Amino acid sequence: MESYTMIGFSVFLGAIFVGGAILISKMLAFRSPAGQRKVQPYECSEDPIGGARIRFKVAFYIFALLFLLFDIESLFLFPCMKIFKAVVTQQAGNISLSVLFTELFVFVFILFFGLVYAWRKGVLTWE
Amino acid sequence: MNPLQTNTLYPVQNSIGDMVREIFPASAVYINGFITIISLLMLVSLLPVFLIWLERKVAAHFQARLGPMRVGYHGLLQSTADGLKLIFKEILKPEGADTFVFFLAPILPATATFLVMTILPFDHHMQVADPAGGVIYVIGISGLSILGILLAGWASNNKYSLLGAMRSGAQMISFEISLALIMLLIVMVTGTASLREIVLSQQGTILDWWIFKLPVLGSIAFIMYMISSTAELNRAPFDISEAESELTGGFATEYSGISFAMFFFAEFVNMFVSAGIATTLFFGGFLAPQIGIGFLDSVLDFLPGFFWFFLKTFLIIFLYMWFRWTFPRLRVDQLMYLEWKMLLPANILLLMVGGVFLALGWIL
Repeated sequence: MESYTMIGFSVFLGAIFVGGAILISKMLAFRSPAGQRKVQPYECSEDPIGGARIRFKVAFYIFALLFLLFDIESLFLFPCMKIFKAVVTQQAGNISLSVLFTELFVFVFILFFGLVYAWRKGVLTWE
Repeated sequence: MNPLQTNTLYPVQNSIGDMVREIFPASAVYINGFITIISLLMLVSLLPVFLIWLERKVAAHFQARLGPMRVGYHGLLQSTADGLKLIFKEILKPEGADTFVFFLAPILPATATFLVMTILPFDHHMQVADPAGGVIYVIGISGLSILGILLAGWASNNKYSLLGAMRSGAQMISFEISLALIMLLIVMVTGTASLREIVLSQQGTILDWWIFKLPVLGSIAFIMYMISSTAELNRAPFDISEAESELTGGFATEYSGISFAMFFFAEFVNMFVSAGIATTLFFGGFLAPQIGIGFLDSVLDFLPGFFWFFLKTFLIIFLYMWFRWTFPRLRVDQLMYLEWKMLLPANILLLMVGGVFLALGWIL
């Protein structure tokens, strides 16, 4: 519990440190008079054409979904991995190693099947 | 050698910590915590200065030139001067940018990297916090820096920024998976997720470090960790998000002054953090590299733990810099191929094989 208190402090102090550095710099920084050219978004010195919030490849979205899937997988695998050694050395009480191993295998197999499905669907190929 | 204790009441145990505990027994925990966090902040603000100098020097010597030589001894103060210059530069905000998000974005990655550093075990008693789920904490917090980059790209109102941020986001989230799975392998074989206990599980000689202790798997896992973390750091050969020739400056195109410095800062501290975690997981963290000969071991043990931690970490950082000048840049499709079709299946296989090895009792 003490560790999490310290992490809370660090969040606070770290944010103050970084935000403070930016604030101090804002106060110290040199300012030049504003003008049309100065605030223009950088587009290699041309006048920007259209807005910048353009549509982009849908593949980014699909990869984000896949990431979500596998990141949650690693999170769900975590408790299983944490007790694995204790189960092998029989310090975890009444959990049978074969049950744990079967469960792990089935879980990972389903996810692996998902990956194979995505692969066969062709979404993993970047064009 | 006496095995080190796994449980201690206070993370800080040195003369300053003892003194504080004597003078203010009731609030010693908080004062000590405050002191450690402040000293870590000092380290964090000095590290990028040194790392940028090192990066430039290493790059220069790889190309048979000298690099920065003018400011200070062998250019040691060059990056300090650059940093000072950036502080006095104006922060420009492009037309149509989302003001709040634009200024929030550089704070996120810088704070997140600092937060990961709080749980790095620099020495046996030199660690700000040691949560029981340290590995999960590392995975979770390093996700925040991706958020900062995506926000920066979206808020800048610039096409290059947006495309650079999307590319770099896709790349970082992809490689984050294999990074997490490799860390899970170590969690599986150690049976603990606290970084300090992972280090303490590697006590003994060099052969007890996880890179050697896991038969074959250890070195494979380390190589995969290096590949994934280089990609996670957006460093060459995986630096498509900042490919100058295609995207000008990537997500940081519109940033100037201290906001830009914060992204840079986060990048270099992140490099240190990745190398530090590699040290912790595979190279025995703060433990001295003992070789089993009594006399030599006592000499090595005489040096403090943080010396060994920094030595190993900087060796791995040198490896990252070496990669940059050795491998050509990958295309974006090659990058996705590498992660989703090679590293991820290999990772799952590694995890399963590790489980089988452990169940058979080959690793204990």
